[in-house]
Amino acid sequence: MIDTKTSPLNRAAEAVARSTPSRLVKRVTGLSDRMVAWLFIGPTMVLLLAINIFPLFWAIGLSFTNYRANRPNEPVESVGLRNYERILTDPDIWIAMQTTANFVFWTILLQTVIGFGLAYLIDRKFRGHAFWTTIILVPMMLSPAVVGNFWRFLYEPQIGLFAYAVSFVSGIPPTEIEMLSNVSLAPWSIIIVDTWMWSPYVMLICLAGLRSIPDYIYEAAEVDRASPIRQFLSITLPMALPFIMLAILFRGIENFKMFDMVNLLTGGGPGSTTEVASITLKREAFEKWRTGYSSAFAIILFVAVFGLANIYVKALNRVKQR
Amino acid sequence: MSLTTAHSVVVPSTTSKRIAAVLIVAYALISIVPLLWIFATSFKTPPDSIAYPPKILFQPSTEGYCNLFTTRTRQTAEYIASLPPATSFCDEVTRKRNMVIAGPSNFLPRFVNSLIIAFGSTFCAVFLGTLAAYGFSRFKVPLADDLLFFILSTRMMPPIAVAIPIYLMYRELGLSDSALGMILLYTAVNVSLAVWLLKGFIDEIPREYEEAAMIDGYTRLQAFWKVVLPQATTGIAATAIFCLIFAWNEYAFAALLTSGTAQTAPPFIPTIIGEGGQDWPAVAAGTTIFLVPILVFTILLRKQLLRGITFGAVRK
Amino acid sequence: MTRTLRAALAGVSLLSALTVAPLVSVTAAQAEELTLCWAAWDPANALVELSKDFTAESGIDMKFEFVPWTNYADRFLNELNSKGKLCDLIIGDSQWIGGSAENGHYIKLNDFFAAEGITMDDFVPATVTGYSEWPKGTPNYWALPAMGDVVGWTYRKDWFERPELQAEFKEKYGWDLAAPTTFEQLKQIAEFFQGREVDGKTVYGASIYTERGSEGITMGAMDVLYSFGFKYDNPEKPYDMNGFVNSDGAVAGLEFYKALYDCCTPPGAANSYMGEGVDAFKSGQVAMHMNFAFTWPGLQKDEAVGGDKIGYFANPAGPGGDRFAQLGGQGISVVAYSSKQEAALKYIKWFANPAVQAKWWSLGGFSCLKAVVEDPGFAATQPYAQTFLDSMAIVKDFWAEPAYASLLQASQKRLHDYVVAGNGTAKEALDALVADWTETFEDEGKL
Repeated sequence: MIDTKTSPLNRAAEAVARSTPSRLVKRVTGLSDRMVAWLFIGPTMVLLLAINIFPLFWAIGLSFTNYRANRPNEPVESVGLRNYERILTDPDIWIAMQTTANFVFWTILLQTVIGFGLAYLIDRKFRGHAFWTTIILVPMMLSPAVVGNFWRFLYEPQIGLFAYAVSFVSGIPPTEIEMLSNVSLAPWSIIIVDTWMWSPYVMLICLAGLRSIPDYIYEAAEVDRASPIRQFLSITLPMALPFIMLAILFRGIENFKMFDMVNLLTGGGPGSTTEVASITLKREAFEKWRTGYSSAFAIILFVAVFGLANIYVKALNRVKQR
Repeated sequence: MSLTTAHSVVVPSTTSKRIAAVLIVAYALISIVPLLWIFATSFKTPPDSIAYPPKILFQPSTEGYCNLFTTRTRQTAEYIASLPPATSFCDEVTRKRNMVIAGPSNFLPRFVNSLIIAFGSTFCAVFLGTLAAYGFSRFKVPLADDLLFFILSTRMMPPIAVAIPIYLMYRELGLSDSALGMILLYTAVNVSLAVWLLKGFIDEIPREYEEAAMIDGYTRLQAFWKVVLPQATTGIAATAIFCLIFAWNEYAFAALLTSGTAQTAPPFIPTIIGEGGQDWPAVAAGTTIFLVPILVFTILLRKQLLRGITFGAVRK
Repeated sequence: MTRTLRAALAGVSLLSALTVAPLVSVTAAQAEELTLCWAAWDPANALVELSKDFTAESGIDMKFEFVPWTNYADRFLNELNSKGKLCDLIIGDSQWIGGSAENGHYIKLNDFFAAEGITMDDFVPATVTGYSEWPKGTPNYWALPAMGDVVGWTYRKDWFERPELQAEFKEKYGWDLAAPTTFEQLKQIAEFFQGREVDGKTVYGASIYTERGSEGITMGAMDVLYSFGFKYDNPEKPYDMNGFVNSDGAVAGLEFYKALYDCCTPPGAANSYMGEGVDAFKSGQVAMHMNFAFTWPGLQKDEAVGGDKIGYFANPAGPGGDRFAQLGGQGISVVAYSSKQEAALKYIKWFANPAVQAKWWSLGGFSCLKAVVEDPGFAATQPYAQTFLDSMAIVKDFWAEPAYASLLQASQKRLHDYVVAGNGTAKEALDALVADWTETFEDEGKL
């Protein structure tokens, strides 16, 4: 237990209290609970209103106009729902959405399989597993932008370590392993880095799930002579499922927003092969400066994430209750 | 949660332990290779860094670090001969490549910006987050669940979508490309994490402690200050480090909302170029310097990691 | 565990306190200091060297903000649009001039030129039109031509001169291996070198622009397209693009560019621009290399491929004998949001000085001053000087409209989708481009 009497913070507080006129102390410290509650929560709410909510409404407003942020002198006209109509009927936007969905699907599939596999292995509790777990966790703490940028070097067809390693294993000449420039390989180049970074994340959550399964269930299964595979399918997997689903939720939201890594690895290329929604949005908003149009796109994306996440959370709660 | 303590399960057999150990160690080693490669590349000369086949053994050189901190221009041998003798080690290295140092690079100011913005926003987010978390934990706040969910939902927006109106707002307020603007923005993003995490930590502190203190004549604020805060320091420290890591690593906002004065290291490092494309040893050197603090924090935090990455949803 | 975390907390709070304090003071004290924004490339480093003279003369310190080409437009247009005060002086790309003039990012320099006796007649006409004027063809100046630049080619003269290669080439193609005069010849040479062993190393035909993110593939493909008959619009009727952008010649040109990309570029060259091109040439990977002229001084000085191993040629001719080259280069402007405009103008005045311009050229910059480039001795000053003059004589530039970024994004997408990703046909790509551009001009109210 922590000794509250002698903690340095405490002593500092007492020193402050002593040096303040006692009437003021009473007035400030004697606030009612209601006041304290608002005093404590208020500043955060004000900040969120100013930095999140107000801009959100501004964006909603802009999404009905033809405003361009790089033309301050031009009149802003209301265009009604035209921006939304244009986005939803633009085949390129739908291709970008499909690309995004593909990424989300493959990264989550791979990360769940690898992450759960790692967690299952670590749960064998061999000697030194804590140390190796920490090592495995390192990639996910790093900046996706800074590390993703370096992967561009690893992917270089000839001089890059990745191409060299793959050619060493497969015998394909390293000049032919063009991860970033080959149309069919480029999406995988991003999926590989994302999986490398975030499988540990899924692993950590799955590990918590595996550890939450009480031993007596397995003991009972042993008594029933259930085979290990049966135990895995009827105990381990279902009991860990809420955790796996939680991991999928977090990764899904993150990967839907994916920007850093794609921007630095392929920039959306070759052609538009890896152009995910965030990249399209960035091009519209900060290169073409179609602010009204891109605001509408941003709102559509927000509604999509919010809606999908809500449906998913409902499913998650149902699984939890089972 | 704990990764070390073994609970008495149906104990796995020795063979399955061995297989698991081999697989995990193999995975860990492979997954750490890219990071080791970054570190190794930072000590290579530019020709060594792009040698084929990739060089695993090489003569270490600090040229990458010299290049990281300077800008250089290629000149003729005659021009270089006309200059006064080299004064520093980096000068010498540079001149060997028929170049002269023209001035310092922008890496150092960008790194300082990263420090200012990351620490500044962490301080604000944890300060606000602690207060709000206490409020949500101890008081009946009307619509508390909705407010908490609203706080969380602010993190679901793609950063580019958030950046559009923020860009316009900051332009009007004169906050574009300013450290203050970035601190405000990162605080707003981080405060949601801070509130959720800290609420969990504060929920775990029994209310009885404060109630006892208040019976002893403490006011609510005094009880918060003298009883709750000291008990929550571990949670606050863990939260602070999570906020710090987010702000330190953030790329999209920094790339779109800053251009020089307040630009942080992540959007800067990918733009370190040599005479042609990226100067990989210099990039690796910058990356290494940038990653070291995070490595230290990851090791410090390893037992709190799970809680941090799930917004406190998974505690054990 | 708890103790280490607490120690960390103490550290974090201490550092936070330390960092918030200087934040307030940082903005206050500042000596006279100018920030110049430009792209991160060789000439910029040469300008740093050159500007030391300005600091010595005027006592004004110079700070520099250089951004690589692939982020250059992105970053600085963002900065200008946010009314940022980062740059006092900016060397902005030629295509920005329309938008920057109309939206008030740059200050107009006519009065300043008149007062200081600087006249645009002293500068090469193509650069004045390209870098300073808006609207084009009118005497409204928003920049001083600072860096002349144009796309051209370098080649490995030492390889071209090897007797055994010359003999083999002659036998195969029936003409003498030398710098090409038509694009057809260029492709034959590229095919000849592609995959060949030279000095025990596999080499490739040519490095060309294929970058997707900013402007790379447009700047490259246009060189070919212009010479094959591509026109931006109907000379009789502005913004009428159908039949000009997607003319038969333009389609053939784009097909040629794709064929060149498919047959004769080094592996992994799907996102290559100036920097990657320089790297490919310097590492001895390619026989020919398309790039802006600014890269030439650095390559000429290179130990491995420079000196007498390197040769230069201007863009060769298309099938009809037309020759054009994509204009690069920039003028230097004063940013309207700067609070130090007076000092910034002082810098421009200093920079326009003929002696400074001469030193600019000798350090590796490309002066646009007639006194420098029309000097009878100019062509002999550097091996690439004549090729530079030849190329500057045939320049053509991309749209400089205020909507240039949207126009550029469209061409980047359409060209890259066809040339690199191999989707659809050249005709479809250019038809789509006409549609995109038409839509942009409709949004602009110009159609």
